Amino acid sequence: MVNETVLQTATATVCYHCGEDCPNNSMRYDDKVFCCSGCQTVYTLLQENGLCNYYNLNEHAGINRREVIRKDKFAFLEDQSIRQALIRFKNEVETHVTFYIPYIHCSSCMYLLEQLYRIHPGVIRTDINFLKKEASIIFNEKQLPLRALVELLTELGYEPHLSLQQMKQEKPKVNRRLVYRLGVAGFCFGNIMLMSFPEYFSEDVQQEAYLGSIFRYLNLVLALPVFFYCSSIFLLSAWKGLKHKHINIDFPVAIAIVATFGRSVADVLFQQGAGYFDSLSGIVFFMLIGRVVQDKTYGALSFERDYTDYFPIAATVVKDGQTIARPLPDIKAGDTLKIHNNELVPADGILVRGKAQIDYSFVTGESVPVLPETGEIIYAGGKQLGADIELLTVKEVAQSYLTGLWNKEHQQDDAAIKAHETQSFVHKLATNFTWIVLAIAFITGLYWWAHDPAKIWPSVTAILIIACPCALLLTSTFTRGYILRILGRNGLYLRNAHVIEPLGKLNHLVFDKTGTLTAAEQISAAHYGPELTIEEQQLIASLTHPTTHAMSRPVRAILNHDHLYEVFGFHEYPGLGVSGTVNGKEVRIGTAGFMQRNAEHIAQKGTILLITIDEEDKGYFVLTQGLRKGIEGLLHRLQKLLRISMLSGDMPHQAKLLQQVAGPDVNLRFQQQPHDKLAYVQQLQQQGKTVGMIGDGLNDAGALRQSNVGICIAEDTNSFTPAGDAILKGAQLHMLDKLILMSKSSRLIIILCFSFSFLYNTIGLILAVQARLSPIAAAILMPCSTLSIILLTYIVSKIRSKKLGLK
Amino acid sequence: MSVIIILLGLSLCVSIGFLIAFIWSVKSGQLEDDYSPAHKIFFDDNQPGNVQ
Repeated sequence: MVNETVLQTATATVCYHCGEDCPNNSMRYDDKVFCCSGCQTVYTLLQENGLCNYYNLNEHAGINRREVIRKDKFAFLEDQSIRQALIRFKNEVETHVTFYIPYIHCSSCMYLLEQLYRIHPGVIRTDINFLKKEASIIFNEKQLPLRALVELLTELGYEPHLSLQQMKQEKPKVNRRLVYRLGVAGFCFGNIMLMSFPEYFSEDVQQEAYLGSIFRYLNLVLALPVFFYCSSIFLLSAWKGLKHKHINIDFPVAIAIVATFGRSVADVLFQQGAGYFDSLSGIVFFMLIGRVVQDKTYGALSFERDYTDYFPIAATVVKDGQTIARPLPDIKAGDTLKIHNNELVPADGILVRGKAQIDYSFVTGESVPVLPETGEIIYAGGKQLGADIELLTVKEVAQSYLTGLWNKEHQQDDAAIKAHETQSFVHKLATNFTWIVLAIAFITGLYWWAHDPAKIWPSVTAILIIACPCALLLTSTFTRGYILRILGRNGLYLRNAHVIEPLGKLNHLVFDKTGTLTAAEQISAAHYGPELTIEEQQLIASLTHPTTHAMSRPVRAILNHDHLYEVFGFHEYPGLGVSGTVNGKEVRIGTAGFMQRNAEHIAQKGTILLITIDEEDKGYFVLTQGLRKGIEGLLHRLQKLLRISMLSGDMPHQAKLLQQVAGPDVNLRFQQQPHDKLAYVQQLQQQGKTVGMIGDGLNDAGALRQSNVGICIAEDTNSFTPAGDAILKGAQLHMLDKLILMSKSSRLIIILCFSFSFLYNTIGLILAVQARLSPIAAAILMPCSTLSIILLTYIVSKIRSKKLGLK
Repeated sequence: MSVIIILLGLSLCVSIGFLIAFIWSVKSGQLEDDYSPAHKIFFDDNQPGNVQ
């Protein structure tokens, strides 16, 4: 019992600033406990400036500052071309920059960053876009240079994400053309309706004919922007389709719009009637709403990431014994680069100095680091763990292995996206529909030509007006819009609504193992070697307590930790290991390289950590990643829908377990390089399969792009994911089969609602072929069909998602 | 009845005013971020001596 209380008090103390476990309870200031001097510094700074509200808004809101930032890390911000790329606007007194700060996570962050001017007078104003995690900062560069501003943010724990991406010239523009058109169409629609009422209901108009014509001409004027501005989206799209010799959904819609407008203008000018301006503007307005609903985008997510988002903006170049920061595009072959701990190697190079330990998990998915010797080549995309190294660049950044691979795939991209859109069954339906409508119009025209030629014009135009497949366009846009939102609520974010259909059609799924099936938090540890005594177990457990490294928890879990000792001289070597004096004994845990031991005799079953106590070997831990929760059930349910393959960049040490979990029908492949994965997906597609790829790293980027639907797994939505068609939250992976079923039903819902709306069309058509469709009948039918469709798609989608157990 | 024409003109002017206001609000990005402003309103600016 006594031992337990010791443990509890040890774990109960958490850092006042960041909320993480405090290792030695040593940092005390102002009656508060801090885990490291970094956190305490931030607290002091906030307290001095009266910003302690930060802690009142949210408990432990701070970001852990244990990792010490290298002194010259931001020296590159003094480089002119980098500064130019980052600064949006600059004059004598003001400089404007916008930073992406991934650490923004709660209202405290927003509070602190917006009050930045109180900490430093050089800051004039900060604006936070919380969803995008962006901070727009206006500051005075004379008082606070850009480098100092970034260092201040970093000091507070809000290090901006600065990547090569920002060196690109073009900035993505927000597209608001749909919204403007929607506004104008809504305005015209409302006013035309208002002006049309007297026509429909009043006797006076007939008495005072001049008033009636004023209303009609006003309607004509109001319909001009609807036709020439708002509906241009549909007209241009139909025209583009025609030029490429294929009829898309917008073509029959465009015919209807042109016919309605032409007929109405003729009616008003030749004083034949009031025209169908209200129906025209109404339908354009509703179709634009459908487009807006369908085009929902997740502003906070990026589906267009490439290697430039991952690569640093600058690298440290060693020249004549001095180090200078230089923008990455200016690095030439032959430059010597200095790579610090935890930095990405930006270009292929030969190791010339230092002890390299390169983590290539970013490139290959293999999580065990490699140890290149001096003179060996290190590829771009690897991450150095441990001490500084120097590289002699052999290739420029844009021509390195990883970037080369990415660029090659990029070329096929546009064609693939186009294929998505034209393959939709809605377009095929629309094509058939168009021919039928044109045939009916032609036959009706022929009939009236024989019987009463004066009725050709009114009947044919009325058919084209009433048979507008706006209902089809509306059902498809609204259904996709709803399904997009349902999937989004359940953690699957699609790039756009055109992904829904191929997602429902998938018949082969390819999983990447690392990070997709396995989860970082599911690590399990096992000990090999001479059995540890309870005393030894407690010594080792004590040493793992001060660190928050992901591997410390699973290790501690398999050890006896009833009693934890205080650790003296604790030192953590990031990515390598930990050491410290526990109960008078020197304990070290770490990788083979860190322990200066040879571990090649140990079969690579996972990450291996060696243990020594007072320089004496005590065996080793093997850490393997466990499967995510619910994966087994998911794989079994999925196999009722489609076939599954698994690819992995890792060694085949988990093959048996995986095969057992997945079942005998699943094709497993190990040691797959990025191009192997790509080739595998291509091979499946050549067999006529619709392939979905699920991956999480840049090493899957090629396969993700090649596949029909590339789904990236993200632990939380602000973590970096490679480009793909969809982003799925890792915790929601077990719902994947249901999400696919939901997408599958989009087709059924669209057809169902469209058939329903066909009822209205039939009534209208019967009136139209007899040349009896009056403007008021059109004005009643149109909104009725539109509103009932919108309601119906919503209800049916809702019922379907409930049935599948989705939120 | 000719008073209707004046009223018509007035009502159109008013609605055009709203249209312009809408376009301006879209253009100035007011509808971009629907999350942050709702939270910012709770932050008190005027408590320099805010000690808990």
